[in-house]
Amino acid sequence: MTKQLLSLIQNETLKIWKKKRFYVILIILAILVPIFTYAQSVMSSRSADRFDDWRNQLQEQITDYENTLSSNRIPEEWKQFRRVMVQQLTYYLEQDVNPNAPNAVTFTRGFMSNAVTLFIPLMVLAIASDLVSGERSAGTIKMLLTRPVRRWKILFSKLVALTFYVSLTIIAMAVICYLISGLAFGYGGWGLPVFTGFVINGSDVDTTNVHAVPQWQYVLMQSGLIWFAAMVVAMLSLMVSVLLRSTAASIVTMMAAIISGTILSNMASAWEGAKYIFSVNLQLTTYLEGTPPPIEGMNLMFSLLVLAAWSVGSLVVSFAVFTKQDILN
Amino acid sequence: MAEQEVILSVQGLKKTIRRKPIIHDVSFDVRKGEIFGFLGPNGSGKTTTIRMLVDLIKPTAGTVKVGGYDVQRQPEQALRHIGCIVENPELYPYLSGWENLEHFARMLPDVDQDRIREVVTIVGMQQRIMDKVRTYSLGMRQRLGIAQALLGRPKLLILDEPTNGLDPKGIKELREFIRMLAAQGMSLFVSSHLLSEIQLMCDRVAIISRGRVLAVGGVDELVSQAGGYVLWQASDTDKARALLAGDPQVELVSDSDHAIDETIISALPDAIVTVIEADHIAEVLRRLVEAGISVTGMQKVSPSLEELFLKLTEGEGID
Repeated sequence: MTKQLLSLIQNETLKIWKKKRFYVILIILAILVPIFTYAQSVMSSRSADRFDDWRNQLQEQITDYENTLSSNRIPEEWKQFRRVMVQQLTYYLEQDVNPNAPNAVTFTRGFMSNAVTLFIPLMVLAIASDLVSGERSAGTIKMLLTRPVRRWKILFSKLVALTFYVSLTIIAMAVICYLISGLAFGYGGWGLPVFTGFVINGSDVDTTNVHAVPQWQYVLMQSGLIWFAAMVVAMLSLMVSVLLRSTAASIVTMMAAIISGTILSNMASAWEGAKYIFSVNLQLTTYLEGTPPPIEGMNLMFSLLVLAAWSVGSLVVSFAVFTKQDILN
Repeated sequence: MAEQEVILSVQGLKKTIRRKPIIHDVSFDVRKGEIFGFLGPNGSGKTTTIRMLVDLIKPTAGTVKVGGYDVQRQPEQALRHIGCIVENPELYPYLSGWENLEHFARMLPDVDQDRIREVVTIVGMQQRIMDKVRTYSLGMRQRLGIAQALLGRPKLLILDEPTNGLDPKGIKELREFIRMLAAQGMSLFVSSHLLSEIQLMCDRVAIISRGRVLAVGGVDELVSQAGGYVLWQASDTDKARALLAGDPQVELVSDSDHAIDETIISALPDAIVTVIEADHIAEVLRRLVEAGISVTGMQKVSPSLEELFLKLTEGEGID
């Protein structure tokens, strides 16, 4: 039983590897990361030119925000965000910590936090979206399902292989970011204190629980959340791959769902029901950073629960359909 | 011949897809060591039936038993005894032949490297087995598909239209190969839309049309039921025709009434098509010679599948 499952997982892992999807991901990362590293270094050298002291830069940012706060033309929701930012920046200033000091670890943290809504899901799709539909369009599913193995075991082994590659993708992303950006910014920054534990209550940032953690610990916490978000995308695209016969259609469907989530979260928070859409909840890292969520009433626990519900639902659908469906083509 | 053990037993199989009945009532048995043909025109439900045999499609009603195990209830035990190629031999193009075999070997209990090497030798693929399947010709994919199907030492091998796309040499090799497997005690289930192919290969046959089995029986038995034609060619066609027409035991068949395969007819220009008892042929031949007509050719032609169908359905036709 266990031996059989291990063999099946070995099969699925091997197939994804031999399809060379993971190489493609590595190549994309190896091209993109240097570009962002360059952009970041240009930005830091500019601000270094303008400010002798990073405290002045922070102070100016705070003044900027405060100016917009006093304006009447800015909508209330935007003001709320600015108020939170001002409080955070003031906190950094009081603690004498430069949040923008460029180093490899900070770069990695920033890159991964920004990648969580679009870039990482795209990488996940590259692996997940043809897991089942690819076997169908190639016809190999007929060989696969006529072997003396229960269908749920086959889908389960695909899921395990997928989990493995999603984890590997996130690790690879962190490692590549760190190694490449380190060339420009130096490999330090592990111990830099980062503040977390902000609790957002309406327009106030509750700083009573705020504490500094070393940046390595923060990156670890953040990676856990990113992994969770990526796994949700993986399970959803596995479901779409079971339901749709064509790989292209399953990629387009998932991309549409993910992009619409990003658009919805940027379109301010008028429609409260949008908070139950999975793709609006993918940006889990905002809760660590203390930036306000796209829609009022969302918090870390809420988002985790919404995402968990979506993944459980998609797993139920995937297994129910895959084990029962007739293979007609 | 003593009745052999039944390997595959199909009883009352039915399938309805989107409220449309596709398979009405299909029943037959395949015995140990026999080559069983499954004959029917395209679209008659052959592939749908085969997919139900191997658990790709769930039947609406009826049972499929392999070696005594129900494919629906105990798929793991039942499928262990089946090797199959459904339609084309589709394998992973990005893996090598060997890696494909390893992949499918992992899905079976007790198949080791030695067995993989063995099946590679059986299908004669030693030279190219380490190359990517992407680079294989159709014939080689077919062989690799068969190697895959043989991995688990199945009692029953199911091949769906195995000669499709093969050249004549490949078809001949395949036929010999299938006979060799049957001689070793394996049962084979071979589908085809060509009667000639089934005649050359199979011991028994089930004939299917519009989702119904029309007849199950020995191939020779069924074919003789449908009769056949004797074609005559002579130096003087008109004289020969007149003589044949005068014989009450010879029935002349006009071009519009027979359904002999066009490729056969076109190879025999000016042939006179007759229906005649076999033991009367010598007599007719003698008379033709006596009348001074030199016979340049005489040939027996089996009925086409279409005619067999006409006989079996009493004039309903195939489609």
